[in-house]
Amino acid sequence: MIELRNVSKTFTSSSKDVRAVCDVSLHIEKGDIYGIIGLSGAGKSTLVRCINLLEKPTSGNVIFSGVDLCSLSKKELLKTRKKISMIFQGFNLLSQRTALRNVCYPLEIAGVPKKEAIEKAAKLLDTVGLSDKKNSYPAQLSGGQKQRVAIARALATDPEVLLCDEATSALDPTTTQSILELLKQINTTMGVTIVVITHEMKVVEQICNKVAVLDNGCVAEKGYVKDIFLSPKSNIAKELVLPKNTTVSELSSNNAIRIAFDGQSAFEPFISNLTIECHAVVNILGADTKNIGGKAFGQMILQLPEDAASVERIKTYLETRKIAYEEVKTSE
Amino acid sequence: MNEIITVVTSSKFITSILLTLKITLVSTLLSYIIGIPLGVCLYGTSEGSIFPNKYINTVVGFIVNIIRSIPFVILLIMTQPVAKLLVGSKIGDNAFIFHLVIAAAPFVARMIESSFREVDPGVIEAAQSMGSNNFQIITKVILPEAKPSLIIGGAIAVTTILGYTPMASYISGGGLGEYAVNYGLYRSQETKMYIASLLLIIIVQILQESLNFLAKFCDKRIRNK
Repeated sequence: MIELRNVSKTFTSSSKDVRAVCDVSLHIEKGDIYGIIGLSGAGKSTLVRCINLLEKPTSGNVIFSGVDLCSLSKKELLKTRKKISMIFQGFNLLSQRTALRNVCYPLEIAGVPKKEAIEKAAKLLDTVGLSDKKNSYPAQLSGGQKQRVAIARALATDPEVLLCDEATSALDPTTTQSILELLKQINTTMGVTIVVITHEMKVVEQICNKVAVLDNGCVAEKGYVKDIFLSPKSNIAKELVLPKNTTVSELSSNNAIRIAFDGQSAFEPFISNLTIECHAVVNILGADTKNIGGKAFGQMILQLPEDAASVERIKTYLETRKIAYEEVKTSE
Repeated sequence: MNEIITVVTSSKFITSILLTLKITLVSTLLSYIIGIPLGVCLYGTSEGSIFPNKYINTVVGFIVNIIRSIPFVILLIMTQPVAKLLVGSKIGDNAFIFHLVIAAAPFVARMIESSFREVDPGVIEAAQSMGSNNFQIITKVILPEAKPSLIIGGAIAVTTILGYTPMASYISGGGLGEYAVNYGLYRSQETKMYIASLLLIIIVQILQESLNFLAKFCDKRIRNK
């Protein structure tokens, strides 16, 4: 559906060149909810703007439905953009238009007759649960409601892809939750492929099936969310996957391990079994359970005892139970 | 008191009021007709805007700045040959309107440019992401979004233009300003000058306040109205 081939973007200014995206190749398939995660300044927003060519890549190709977007004329590109919608962190609604007329905007510019446009817009506002706010102006709506209007507006042209640029970053946790559920619903019921840009792992865990971890403009790691969650390989992915209250540098002991449970083992009295069978005590430094792709996943940071024999027993135990673990080392 | 009534009801005074209003409104209208495309050009061609073009921006910006830096009294003399060519006379009310428009259009262009710059770039980006062309972005996004600010700018433009009208007396134009200058300065009839000035103050107040109200009235960013 969307393929990025060696996409790079360099911003040139008189003083210095900034390489925001370097050599990124991604393959987003129809029906995916593809997460692109990274810290601030990792190049996520630039990368997503390369998909609809709001930023023209310095080099590389963007293939959408078999067509190289970089080769299109300006007019053809504007037409294609109607199939690739986008929502933003700042909602970007037209402040002088009502919710209904905001949703009408993309239809207006596409030349849809006014009556038809209003009917469709009203239906979309209904889909996002805002039928009673039709005549409200953005200033009269809450953040979550504004993002719902923006989603309705993005869906007006029946897009194949919805790009979400930090769409929930300005919202509180409860509202974030409801917006993510709405996105998930749009993906399943309308078959819209979604690309989610975020700096929060929990957004990825909650709705994405695939993820690319971006670090300094480059893809550090990509693949299925489950795989990356269970065994992150790059430092940046580890950083993002670790439970929020423990940062790597906080773990002073060299004997700390991170264990990750898949759907089933999360329900076992695992720690009790481990202490009984290995005759060793462990200290829980951090723990977290998550819902990834509808299954319960959990992870725990354990501090192991000092003596090597106990450590060995614990590791053997983990291996026989097929539980993924990795040693967590202090970064400094 | 009787003197005031005689002055205010004199036909010379009343035609002066009407002429001032005519000169001001016609000049403002024409300044906007020239100023809007210039403002769109200045905004659109600037770096990072919707159709950036460094050369056009520099050239238009330079011309606008030059005209704006020439004092109006001097411009009044400099543009006389052009006035003769276009409106048939170097002096009189129509020539004065021409001079006013030349002076005000670049000012209006800058006001419009600055109103446009207040529009949230994110909204423009959203419109671009939906496949809007530049014409749609200007007419359907920027102009409506900037409307309150444009009206406030209009209030400033129209009152500034009104403030220039007394200079009509230099080139045999008419109006309240000319009335005040002629009677106050050359004939020492200060009462007439004061009455004319008072009326100018009232006209400015009415224009400014009504446009401010209009701007507020049509601005949907204000909650709980």
